[in-house]
Amino acid sequence: MLENLKRLSSYFAVRLALVLTTVVIAVYLIIVIANMGGYMDKIRENEIRDQVYSSILANPELKRLPEGELRKILEQQIEIRKREVGLDKPFFQRSLNYLMRGITLNFGRADVLQSDTGSSQVRLILLERLPHTLLLWGIADILIFFSSVFFALALSRRYGSIGDRLVVALAPTSTPPPWFYGILLILVFASLLRVLPYGGFVDAPTPKTFIGFALSVIKHMILPVLSVFVSSIFASIYSWRTFFLVYSSEDYVELAKAKGLSPRAVERRYILRPTLPPIITSFALMLISLWMGGIITETVFSWPGLGRLLYQAIQQTDTPVIVGANVIYGYLLALTVLLLDFLYALLDPRVRLGAGKGA
Amino acid sequence: MNTLMRLKELRRYPSALVSLVIIGLLVLMSIYAVVRYPYSEAVRLWRAGEVVWLENPKNAAPKWINWFGAGQPETIKIQSEQSKKTVENLSGGITKTTIVMPFDFLYNNFPSELAVFFSPNFVSKPPQVVMSWRTPDGREIPLVTRIAKTEERYLLSGDPAVQKKLGRVPEEGLFARPDAPQSVLKGRYELILEIYNFEPNSSLTAKFVVYGKVHGWAGTDHLRRDLSIGLLWGAPIAIIFGFAAAIGISLAQFIISGIGAWFGGWVDIFVDRLTELRMILPLLPILIMVGMLWSRSIWVVLSVLLMFGLLGGTKTYRAMFLQAREAPYIDAARAYGASNFRIIFRYLLPRLIPVLIPGFVLAIPSYVFLEASLAVLGIGDPILPTWGKIIFDAYDRGALYTGYYYWLLEPAALLMLTGLGFSMLGFTLDRIFNPRLRTL
Repeated sequence: MLENLKRLSSYFAVRLALVLTTVVIAVYLIIVIANMGGYMDKIRENEIRDQVYSSILANPELKRLPEGELRKILEQQIEIRKREVGLDKPFFQRSLNYLMRGITLNFGRADVLQSDTGSSQVRLILLERLPHTLLLWGIADILIFFSSVFFALALSRRYGSIGDRLVVALAPTSTPPPWFYGILLILVFASLLRVLPYGGFVDAPTPKTFIGFALSVIKHMILPVLSVFVSSIFASIYSWRTFFLVYSSEDYVELAKAKGLSPRAVERRYILRPTLPPIITSFALMLISLWMGGIITETVFSWPGLGRLLYQAIQQTDTPVIVGANVIYGYLLALTVLLLDFLYALLDPRVRLGAGKGA
Repeated sequence: MNTLMRLKELRRYPSALVSLVIIGLLVLMSIYAVVRYPYSEAVRLWRAGEVVWLENPKNAAPKWINWFGAGQPETIKIQSEQSKKTVENLSGGITKTTIVMPFDFLYNNFPSELAVFFSPNFVSKPPQVVMSWRTPDGREIPLVTRIAKTEERYLLSGDPAVQKKLGRVPEEGLFARPDAPQSVLKGRYELILEIYNFEPNSSLTAKFVVYGKVHGWAGTDHLRRDLSIGLLWGAPIAIIFGFAAAIGISLAQFIISGIGAWFGGWVDIFVDRLTELRMILPLLPILIMVGMLWSRSIWVVLSVLLMFGLLGGTKTYRAMFLQAREAPYIDAARAYGASNFRIIFRYLLPRLIPVLIPGFVLAIPSYVFLEASLAVLGIGDPILPTWGKIIFDAYDRGALYTGYYYWLLEPAALLMLTGLGFSMLGFTLDRIFNPRLRTL
């Protein structure tokens, strides 16, 4: 038991190290891309300008100087600060500096956007939006995972039935991303039928009671969650049903059936167990594409999450927020991969018992 | 060859036949688009703004909605040159030309706008026009008097003076039944122009446009552009973009996976790490950043996508190549002294092409939708019309709130059709080529 735990934690430690390294490389790439147009330098320069201005204007003696002289002092100070932080160094050195700031989400002030509390700190703006995104996508993902497993198992039991053939026929409907269905659902349920809101997070005068608040949020979540659900459910049922079918024709399953085990026991011990690791892997890939699709889905539904923030930043060309959102999406993807790795390790006996060599 | 034999099996699947028909139609549509509106012409028409499209109605629905009994008016244009003309000589060298421009208005709904395009011809004294209106029941309504100094478009429906006279907007007031103001009086209307020429050789031609509420098979947008051009041109762009991205990325990942699996050791580890890096890189946000900071051109986006494709292979291909490299015929190749290069490209890769094909076909629609996604965020290609950009325009102009559903649904339907066409084909190919799925 202790042996298992040790193996598990060492496997996990290796994965953690690998994923973290990958995140660092990813952030570095993002920064290099962003700085192709000198945008990282500009972000940093604006930040310095802000600092110098506020420190000099806070000084009453300097404030009394004539306009021209004050400006000269300002420019001098900015030049000195720029040299201090190394803005005159070659790009490679600067990029390492930016990398550190990128990893800690330290992008200074946003150009235009503000957080609800009125702060312009990019980090605060990003972190304020994060919970909304996690809430919406967490619920949607969990819903998709469990209903896919449930229906896939049910269909693999009734291979060739009408329901089974229907799912096979409907699998191609998962090609369009969630926002595409989102627009159609808004058209039907908000514009034509007028039963659900067009978008947003909560009703306009915010309900006072907690229950009223929760109900209002749920009402606003129905359509976005439904659009995510519709856009991925049939393909995942289809592919997981195929996994189940492939594994249920293995010899050991036949043997288990011949032994007279109940169908439930066969399903749980001999079909579900070995199929879960590949299912988790395919779920991971789906999650990653859903995170990406979320940017537009949130925009379409005016859901105040990261995706909509990114859209707003595009609309107002707020570069620090755009780069910051890129980095935080990198983190989200890495965390997703890591979480699924962990589940994988718990489920796959080869990792847990060390029969084969883990990653 | 084996692969070709298997492709013939497609005939046995009805869904594959449906998808081939859809793809065929899209290809025909693309060819028609390129022949009917050559590239430069399409770009000019799409980018020109309202000037080119002045005679089209704004936000008009497609004509076919009238098949469902909508009774929406079509646009009517009348030229003064083709109308009845009477010339009268007045004193002082002044001539008076009276032009009667008749038209039949037989629709259930009011038109959307009324405009007269004047083009005067004079040396120093511009001609003067007195306009009046005759309804089918014989009422005569004086409208306005104008001096036609330049080529101009006089928006009759937007004239506050006329509106004040009628007590409601002209495009409704001039067509309403006196007894039932909310319904249209059907019949022959006349716009009468009395043109006073103060010079012997001055003249004035006019064109009267009664803007309808339907236009063409696709309708128009907020800039009066005929949506059919954008919808038609969306097809070749979507297909070329999807095809190029899918073939480039699938092939690159296929070859890279093959090389990694063949050499094994650190090459394999390196390729595998690159694959994981690509999984973690937030592709869409990065594309957005590229679109924002560098260029919105669809070709730049395509190049960035292709560069992403070079980052590693895929886990599935790798697993298959690892299995395939143990095959006896590979050993045989090694035994006769074939080079690594020859083994990879002559023996290893061709063997797994059947696995590549379904994945490649399934990838096409995902890139088509990726382009649409970028466009919907407002960073679509600045020049080319694409389906995603039309959806963005519609969404941005509140088509969901104002009820211009056709504007949104037409590009959406074409996208959906493209998506379904390629993915149905992909799923069927998967069943044919993937031996484990063959019996399922």
